[in-house]
Amino acid sequence: MSTPAVIDTQSPPARRVHYLNARYGVASWLLTVDHKRIAILYLIGVTFFFAIGGIYAALIRLELLTPPGDVFLSETYNKLFTGHGVMMVFFFMIPGIPGVLGNFLIPLMIGAKDVAFPRLNLLSWYLFLIGGLTALWAVVHGGVDTGWTFYTPYSTVYSNGWVVVTAVGIFIAGFSSILTGLNFLVTLHTMRAPGMTWMRMPLFCWGMYATAIIQILGTPVVAITLLLVAAERLFHLGIFDPAQGGDPVLFQHLFWFYSHPAVYIMVLPAMAVISELVTAFSRKPIFGYRFIAASSVAIAVLSFLVWGHHMFVSGQSVYAGLVFSILSFMVAIPSAIKVFNWTATLYKGSVSYQTPLLYALGFIGLFTFGGLTGLMLATLGLDIHVTDTYFIVAHFHYIMVGGTIMGYLGGLHYWWPKISGKLYPEYWSRVSAWVIFIGFNLTFFPQFILGYLGMPRRYHAYPAEFQVLNVMSTAGASILGIGYLIPLVYFFWSMRYGKDASDNPWGATGLEWQTPSPPPTENFPVTPQVTGKPYDYLTAQEEVAVG
Amino acid sequence: MELFPQQASSFAPHVDALYGFLIAVTAFFSLLIGTLVVSFAIRYRRRSPGEIPPVVHESGLLELVWTVIPLGLVLIMFFWGAAVYFRITRPPTGAIEIYVTGKQWMWKIQHGDGHREMNELHVPVGQPVRLTMASEDVIHSFFVPAFRFKRDVVPGRFSIAWFEATKPGRYHLFCAEYCGTRHSGMIGWVYAMKPADYQAWLSGGAAGESLAAAGAKRFQEQACNTCHAEQAGARGPSLVGLFGKTVHLQGGQTVVADEAYLRESITNPQARLVEGYPPIMPTFQGLISEEGLLQLIAYIKSLSPSPAAGAAPPAPSTERKPAKP
Amino acid sequence: MADAAHALAGESPPELQHHFVDLEAQKEASSLGMWVFLVTEILFFGGMFTAYVVYRASYRAAFEGASNLLDIRLGAFNTAVLILSSLTMALAVWAASQGKKNRIVVFLSATILLGAVFLGVKVIEYSQKFEHHEVPGPHFVVPHGLPRQAEMFFSLYFCMTGLHALHMVVGIGLLSWLIARARRGDFTTRYNTPVEMVGLYWHFVDIVWIFLFPLLYLLGRHTL
Repeated sequence: MSTPAVIDTQSPPARRVHYLNARYGVASWLLTVDHKRIAILYLIGVTFFFAIGGIYAALIRLELLTPPGDVFLSETYNKLFTGHGVMMVFFFMIPGIPGVLGNFLIPLMIGAKDVAFPRLNLLSWYLFLIGGLTALWAVVHGGVDTGWTFYTPYSTVYSNGWVVVTAVGIFIAGFSSILTGLNFLVTLHTMRAPGMTWMRMPLFCWGMYATAIIQILGTPVVAITLLLVAAERLFHLGIFDPAQGGDPVLFQHLFWFYSHPAVYIMVLPAMAVISELVTAFSRKPIFGYRFIAASSVAIAVLSFLVWGHHMFVSGQSVYAGLVFSILSFMVAIPSAIKVFNWTATLYKGSVSYQTPLLYALGFIGLFTFGGLTGLMLATLGLDIHVTDTYFIVAHFHYIMVGGTIMGYLGGLHYWWPKISGKLYPEYWSRVSAWVIFIGFNLTFFPQFILGYLGMPRRYHAYPAEFQVLNVMSTAGASILGIGYLIPLVYFFWSMRYGKDASDNPWGATGLEWQTPSPPPTENFPVTPQVTGKPYDYLTAQEEVAVG
Repeated sequence: MELFPQQASSFAPHVDALYGFLIAVTAFFSLLIGTLVVSFAIRYRRRSPGEIPPVVHESGLLELVWTVIPLGLVLIMFFWGAAVYFRITRPPTGAIEIYVTGKQWMWKIQHGDGHREMNELHVPVGQPVRLTMASEDVIHSFFVPAFRFKRDVVPGRFSIAWFEATKPGRYHLFCAEYCGTRHSGMIGWVYAMKPADYQAWLSGGAAGESLAAAGAKRFQEQACNTCHAEQAGARGPSLVGLFGKTVHLQGGQTVVADEAYLRESITNPQARLVEGYPPIMPTFQGLISEEGLLQLIAYIKSLSPSPAAGAAPPAPSTERKPAKP
Repeated sequence: MADAAHALAGESPPELQHHFVDLEAQKEASSLGMWVFLVTEILFFGGMFTAYVVYRASYRAAFEGASNLLDIRLGAFNTAVLILSSLTMALAVWAASQGKKNRIVVFLSATILLGAVFLGVKVIEYSQKFEHHEVPGPHFVVPHGLPRQAEMFFSLYFCMTGLHALHMVVGIGLLSWLIARARRGDFTTRYNTPVEMVGLYWHFVDIVWIFLFPLLYLLGRHTL
């Protein structure tokens, strides 16, 4: 890939204007249309909602230290796990990587000045914020106790919580997700720099493209489903209420039609980050570029065909069960292909153990393990026993926390110098990566055992024989919590006291590293021309040697 | 510390064997990837700051191999899982009929002969037990980990599932679908007993009115016999010997008259009308409780000769309400 | 190439947003964006269409019976009104491509008027339902001779036509905004993308009705 300037890994930037200091004042942030500033706004927002979701998690694990329900009332506990799920899924996981890293990086990676619709981008952030604050209002005024899955008729007829308000909050945030996906899709289709063909696009962009497909096609269905739930509650319609002829299983079909692809909205961006990290820290082209790109799209398409695996015991027909089972196995194959290709990238590479790589390796291990437990759930005969137990809880936390959150943190650490212009302390970042890895496994591995033993989900109190494993899990959660606090501290610290970062502190390829850290508002003074393959470290090195 | 629950049903060993296979595959691939990743990271660690590694060419063959092998493995998992699933979802004939009603936050259990239990279920070992389950309010799920048995109980329909206990003992019963405040309190015990002990338990204690007898009463109260009068020219089809028979519907299709069909005929009679009868049956949706529906179905079942254990069917009532003018 | 034209002109046109290379790229992006948005709308309405199809299969007699209670004359009239409004919208797009300011305003106003007529008829239909106790909820009375599940038909009827009406209201708002811009002289032969995009949206809302009308009013009808 030829570049407009010599790759410069050494000299620090002079005092110059960039997107952070171009304009000051609250209004310049709240009315910004710069994708990089919007990314920072998302960073603040998702961190806030993650903290709330995390507090819920801490309280849940506190209650589960002892078998009887002795810390909270049952109603309160039910609101805790609902709040945890709603906050984490809709206001952290789904907007997280797209909102923060997708927004910041996509225009930079494709050599564009901004996304296709910058004002729509700002609207997306406001919708996310308003949706989150609406759900938070419900939390503060007593909460909702239906579980994040809102199964009917409990949610429409029996629950006494703020179901409609929470549903509206999720609905609004859903539109944020749809508009973000729309923006990214159009951006990637129409705004790539001259010479950047689809096959020269960074894999991060491929992952975000696949994510956008799911956001666009899936989210509207949960939007209308939640709207119907709200209408049923407010106007006493009977769409999902069996007493009036409604079918609760129809609700489940409509809900899971989105919510299964939604988990891929949560994991595809993380996989996209891992592709970038593995190649950058092996300093060689990614193995199987075409296959990784194709697998992202394959996952997006297949993800829409498997929703019934959440309903194997709900009363679907046996034949529906068979179809969803085989398709669920199929969707695992592209993920396996990615894992093998990442592993092969490390082979004969030049591997450097900086923090982003630690997170990438952690992701590969934990996602592989968690994904394999997903095969257990696709297996009909086995899922009957483990569904609705802690086995499921363990499985999805391995993917979402062991997978997505590690990918998110790896990406934050990798691109932090570009985003902030500062370096964080490497020692503490490695410490926290290990603390998180250990804490995570201690929290969630025991839950697989608990689940197979028969401990159901969403249980406030449990039989005494399950206590030892629960105590282990709570201990792990405490460690995990500390692990998450450490980066919060040193990222803030780095903004004030961190060393200045050069344009390309990692010596990586990619257009985002051909612009200063932090970038100017318009990203590139001159539109880059792209001529070479992506991740072409050999050619880049030759150019340094020559230039 | 236990890692696995007891195997107390006929399909538990099959489920556990499948789990064992999947654990082996999971462990193998996790260790494989983990080892490869760690060893590559160590062996190929960066030795000098400016080092650029040589080109490694892509391999279509390798991509094919590591696509096909996992594909083969998952197909094995699918077929094995489907086989166990068929075993789990096909109740054998000759099973003991038990009726379960879930409601917030308790399990009401009725044996065919009228024995009622609350949050407890006594069954004999060595005999298949078929549960017909209904919910009076929200979705619940009847879960017995030691039997590897789980089925959601969904309001508005019957859920039918079976198990066969193999080991005498006392086993946890949990509700496994979140159902509100006391979801984690909706628990109980399943007692599997040796056949002799089970007979002793059955004969001790007042049995109470059998489900079918209660159903017969309700049949009268709801005036079902006005149309289903069991005589020539009656406005509704005969119910004697109906259960389990093939019924010819309007429009040419046929259906087997099972519990689901009977329930639907009461709550939504226009859905599948019997050939040769006018569409005049009113719908009883919302007018009869889930327990009432179970009673009626039990009564109609008792009008058919069946090999199932349970109460002897009461004779159809000869009392008639006067036909409406 | 458009770039060359602007290079000749010496400055970028006022409608060109700074992050696009040229007007052509901007229009391509806008167009793709609107089409993608309409796909999301298909999925959005699709959820309710799915529910309708499922329940219709289960409760055929109730749905057919209830469907016959809808006023087919008003429904057919509304269908004609909407189709006509799509025509006036298309004419507005054409006028915009010609830069003919007055005609744009005339055709947009006609579209708004027709849209308002549609909504007015819907108000009449809804109030008729209120009078006949056909609104689901605590005051619903099962229509004579129909099974109870007729209420489900009406639940879906109100949700589906209600959401559609909401989209019409938004459409009328967009059209009003277009009129304001047209009067300012924003639309020229070089630039008329907003009119085209709102046109796409309006046609889509029309097509949703084309599906709603037969599903709700026509299937299983015994009498006019």
